[in-house]
Amino acid sequence: MTAYLLKRLAIALITLVLASMVVFAVLEIIPGDPARLMLGLNASADQVELLRNQMGLNAPLALRYLHWAGGLLSLDFGRSYTYSVPVIDLVRERVVVSLPLALIALALSTIIAVPVGLFSAGRHGRAGDTIAMGAAQLGVAVPNFWFALMLIYLFAVWLRLVPSGGFPGWSAGVWPALKSLILPAIALALPQAAILARVTRSALIEVLNEDYIRTARAKGLPFRAVLWRHALRNAMIPVLTILGLQFAFLLAGTIIIENVFYLPGLGRLVFQAITQRDLIVVESVVMLLVAAVIAVNLLVDLSYAVVDPRLRSRQ
Amino acid sequence: MKLWKTILTAAALVLATGASALAARDLVIGITLEPPHLDPTAGAAAAIDEVLYANVFEGLTRIGPNGEVLPDLAESWMISDDGKVYTFKLHTGVKFHDGTDFNADDVKFSLDRARADNSVNAQKGLFAAIDTVEVVDPATVKITLKNPQSSFLYNMGWGDAVIVAPETADTNKEKPVGTGPFRFQNWAKGSSITLIKSDTYWGAPVSLDKAEFRIVPDAAAAVPALLSGDIQAFPFFPDPDSVAQIKDDPRFKVVIGATEGETILSINNKKPPFDKLQVRQAISFALDRKAIIDGASAGLGVPIGSHMSPANKAYVDLTGLYPHNVEKAKELLKEAGLENGFKATLKLPPPPYARLGGEIIASQLRDVGIDLQIVPVEWAQWLDQVFTKKDYDLTIVSHTEPNDIDIYSRKDYYFNYDNPTFDKIIADLSLTSDEAKRMTLLGEAQKILADDAVVGFLYELPKAGVWDAKLEGFWENAPIQANDLTKVKWTE
Repeated sequence: MTAYLLKRLAIALITLVLASMVVFAVLEIIPGDPARLMLGLNASADQVELLRNQMGLNAPLALRYLHWAGGLLSLDFGRSYTYSVPVIDLVRERVVVSLPLALIALALSTIIAVPVGLFSAGRHGRAGDTIAMGAAQLGVAVPNFWFALMLIYLFAVWLRLVPSGGFPGWSAGVWPALKSLILPAIALALPQAAILARVTRSALIEVLNEDYIRTARAKGLPFRAVLWRHALRNAMIPVLTILGLQFAFLLAGTIIIENVFYLPGLGRLVFQAITQRDLIVVESVVMLLVAAVIAVNLLVDLSYAVVDPRLRSRQ
Repeated sequence: MKLWKTILTAAALVLATGASALAARDLVIGITLEPPHLDPTAGAAAAIDEVLYANVFEGLTRIGPNGEVLPDLAESWMISDDGKVYTFKLHTGVKFHDGTDFNADDVKFSLDRARADNSVNAQKGLFAAIDTVEVVDPATVKITLKNPQSSFLYNMGWGDAVIVAPETADTNKEKPVGTGPFRFQNWAKGSSITLIKSDTYWGAPVSLDKAEFRIVPDAAAAVPALLSGDIQAFPFFPDPDSVAQIKDDPRFKVVIGATEGETILSINNKKPPFDKLQVRQAISFALDRKAIIDGASAGLGVPIGSHMSPANKAYVDLTGLYPHNVEKAKELLKEAGLENGFKATLKLPPPPYARLGGEIIASQLRDVGIDLQIVPVEWAQWLDQVFTKKDYDLTIVSHTEPNDIDIYSRKDYYFNYDNPTFDKIIADLSLTSDEAKRMTLLGEAQKILADDAVVGFLYELPKAGVWDAKLEGFWENAPIQANDLTKVKWTE
């Protein structure tokens, strides 16, 4: 078990270092000068050069990478070019929007997907299964920004139950803040739930064909009990894998959803920073997201061992 | 079914009454882009002025709703006979929002700061003519110019020339302190910027108690935000295609005005075959402006024939010079030795006017034998490749700076256009203050640009303003990119 854990940790660390190099290099290669972007069309070349010097953009590439990566190690994420405040402050303001949003969406998609998967697997090939999977197919196909707009027109414009967008901040109270996260969370969760439901169903169907299921049925257990107690637990591994991958998709999906609902989240921050060539913000936030995804995958790896005791003893 | 409807309606009513409890003197305004920071003297982003100009910060002069120069912190001025010395009489009793007094020292500080060697003011050119700034007494400032400059008073009205206090100049990016009728309250980054009425304002007090600028980056989100009542005004409405839909709704007022944005098909004048006059003229003949305006701006733009807004006094209508004429265009290409046409690239920045307009222009030029490859670019790439390195054939962009016909005389500007006659007119213009002579010179300048077909002149970017029908006092036109809220009020 310890060796398994250590190996996973080592892989995670190497991934982080490689990712930092790729992120830095890619952003250096794409064209665009943050200083020129800030000064606009009327500024002279001398002035742009002056600002580049002030921003420390004229130092050699390797030096800037080491400076940045070294800062990351001591949790110093640098200062934003455009906002001229520490990146960590920007992240702190944004993460309180994006993290709850992603978690609510993840919870919602699980709450929807697992029962639907169980329902479909239990009625494999019958009408209920076909309808549920047809709906799931639709859920995968519908683009989430369009779905988001439909939700806005229904619940914000017509029924006026929730705001059409924006975020009042947690200081405005938990309920108003949660209210503005409901629609974006649904818009994010539904396509994910559709995928997860399909995976749950197929994993269950596969498990239901195993010999021990027949044994369980033969000894007289009702089908429902077999499905929940024996089949679901063994079908958990692919479901957990997808769940882990979905967390990364949710973080990426927030870029679109946060734009449609004009939420001040991490996705918006990255999007804005890319268009403004606020390289240091992009680099640092992307690294944070990479770290989050790696951490979640590590957790998923570890949870395999919890779900499946055989993985523990095999090491 | 009936029960459902009753429940839903009841729920909607309860929540709707909660939502309309908004105080009658508060206003939520939608803007598309978030300002990178809040100091108008330290960045070119139009979003900074859209929040702060005339609301929080004031200059010696200011630009009015129709582009006219109005007195602001300077109540009056005298100009010496040689046009080189401006003596400004300042308002007294003016206070900055932090409680400190405004006087002539602040004017000197602000102007000297903007034109200093290490200044990164994005419009440093506005101050280039200034030789010295002297404080005569606390309410009088004397500015001496190196040479007479007819646009000096206008220049001092730009957002980049607002007056700041020495104590707070360095922190204005985060916490702007000005002399205007609103003071800054809060900036929830990524979300909104809130201004509240200043109790110590020297001039006529404003009607609004609170103005919140909410950032709505996605054009598709603007309509539901208005319909749901979350946002009551979009002075620069980002979704022209929805204007028709909102126009029919009596709850809203839609006002189509003019901007100073000349939308043009820029041409790299030094790059063959665009260095040939016939080729550029052929492009002008090939363009069907009406189709472009219909497709790229929902039919709202006004066609232009040179680099001047139709709303400007100096405007000369030159749209008849190159009517849409495919045969004539082909003939000109033949004269240039290109009867078989040629290939070129068209680099398109992100705004819809460029991306949508680009598709239409590419198909119009294909009709005369010019085969365009469309290359979409981001703003950062556009600035780098097109504007700075001049690595392009054709591009579409809207030049939104007011009174900017002089860009065609700038050395090394990305058009690569060089015409000594034109340069001479621009140089004369800057030394001429007689209004009639200026109009003549500006007319000649427009004519030369059109004759030379320097670029393909398309249309003046429209300003579609949408707001609650109970609101009044917004600017109809946008002579500068600002949301002046000083006259805005709720009528009931």
